[in-house]
Amino acid sequence: MTAAVHGAGGIAAAAFTLPALGFALAPVFHETSFNWQPVGPPVDFPSDTYVTKVITIVSGIGEAGKSIAYIRARNPAIDKEPEDQYNRFIALSSRCMHLGCPVRYVEAAQRFICPCHGGVYDFRGLVAGGPPVRPLDRFYTRMNNGLVEVGPRYSVNSELRRFSPRDPGEPLDGIGQYLYPARISTPAPPPGG
Amino acid sequence: MPRLKLPPPPLPKVLLPKPKRPGQDNGAALNPVEAGITVVDWIDERTALSPAIRWTLFRKVPRGINWAYTLGSATLFAFLNQAVTGVFLAMYYRPDPAGGAYESVRYINDSVFLGKLVHGMHKWGASVMIILIFLHMGRVFFYGAYKYPRELTWVIGVVLLILTLAMGFTGYLLPFDQRSYWATIVGVNINGTGPFIGPFLSDFLRAGPEFGATTLSRFYSIHMLLIPGAMAALIGIHLYLVTKLGITAPPWLRAQTEKDTAVEAEILRSEV
Repeated sequence: MTAAVHGAGGIAAAAFTLPALGFALAPVFHETSFNWQPVGPPVDFPSDTYVTKVITIVSGIGEAGKSIAYIRARNPAIDKEPEDQYNRFIALSSRCMHLGCPVRYVEAAQRFICPCHGGVYDFRGLVAGGPPVRPLDRFYTRMNNGLVEVGPRYSVNSELRRFSPRDPGEPLDGIGQYLYPARISTPAPPPGG
Repeated sequence: MPRLKLPPPPLPKVLLPKPKRPGQDNGAALNPVEAGITVVDWIDERTALSPAIRWTLFRKVPRGINWAYTLGSATLFAFLNQAVTGVFLAMYYRPDPAGGAYESVRYINDSVFLGKLVHGMHKWGASVMIILIFLHMGRVFFYGAYKYPRELTWVIGVVLLILTLAMGFTGYLLPFDQRSYWATIVGVNINGTGPFIGPFLSDFLRAGPEFGATTLSRFYSIHMLLIPGAMAALIGIHLYLVTKLGITAPPWLRAQTEKDTAVEAEILRSEV
């Protein structure tokens, strides 16, 4: 009798606790999608400087869902990472890899500078100084109907090897890639990306 | 007949009701004071709450206590201020990340009668509460009041401190201006630097891999429902333990000897 009453109480409590918990935790396990966004014809993007484009990361929430991509054409003289269909245009995210503040491109210095804690990145987005733990994130780019399109975000380590997108502050060199595993929630890379 | 046996209120003599003269008002008509006592008695007969109230409010405190002992109550009042102003701010606030949240806070500040005051009390009260908590914690630490048998009171207090800081973190996003937004981005990313679970904790806080459509309402719900509920429950346990265990004497007071106790008992006996 006692066991039955306790068991029934436990089941009743679990009946509202577990769905509520699952409800709150669901976004961690839910893969989000990302749409390719046209940003302009290829002639818009020189290979010696960056063009600033506003892209939508999350739709439906206005300004809060927008982000900045710094885009230029690939320059084989300085871009040594292997070329494929997704990096004929280099699109860097403005998200600082220290803690996520927005970096700005300073033309005169050919550097990306973060206003929050002094992170500095060179022309390719590699860390040139300050606290950032890895180079600037990038977006997949492709040509479609004569326009350059920007796709999902990806993260890179200091050799510009691609990883699924990680949050800022998570190094990807050495042990970092194991300490900060890939998440389920991030959009899948394009085929072959 | 009133059975309630509360001690008389600590009023100056001139304000105390004069004792009745013999033969005057023998209870034929019910006077308002008697009526009040009767109502309280009626409730007390059914709830038996008066011993609990007596136990909570009229308890012995050690000699030598000072104003530093009121810091806990001050923190409690700061919490109540946050609770009351927060409830009323929620009447006007709208957790809409597409501009509605910012506009609703601006409306509270610019247009609502006393809106600036209530918002200001909530905003500055948050800082006051953090300061008071640390002063209270310092008092408990330097007076050695965390020692046996009050360790659990201390541990619950530390949990309350952490919950209060979490309130500060989640509340900071709600005005949804540039400062709120970027501070939250940075804060969530600091959470994410914890190895193994950090990235998933960030996903949980943001409700996804990016700051998204439900991040603001998630923070709002945590800020106004989840944490305050937990805090109210823990404050209840904290206060129960304070009442149950009594409060410590200041550490500079010498311990009472048996002789002191005997002398005190003698004085008490002579007073009775």
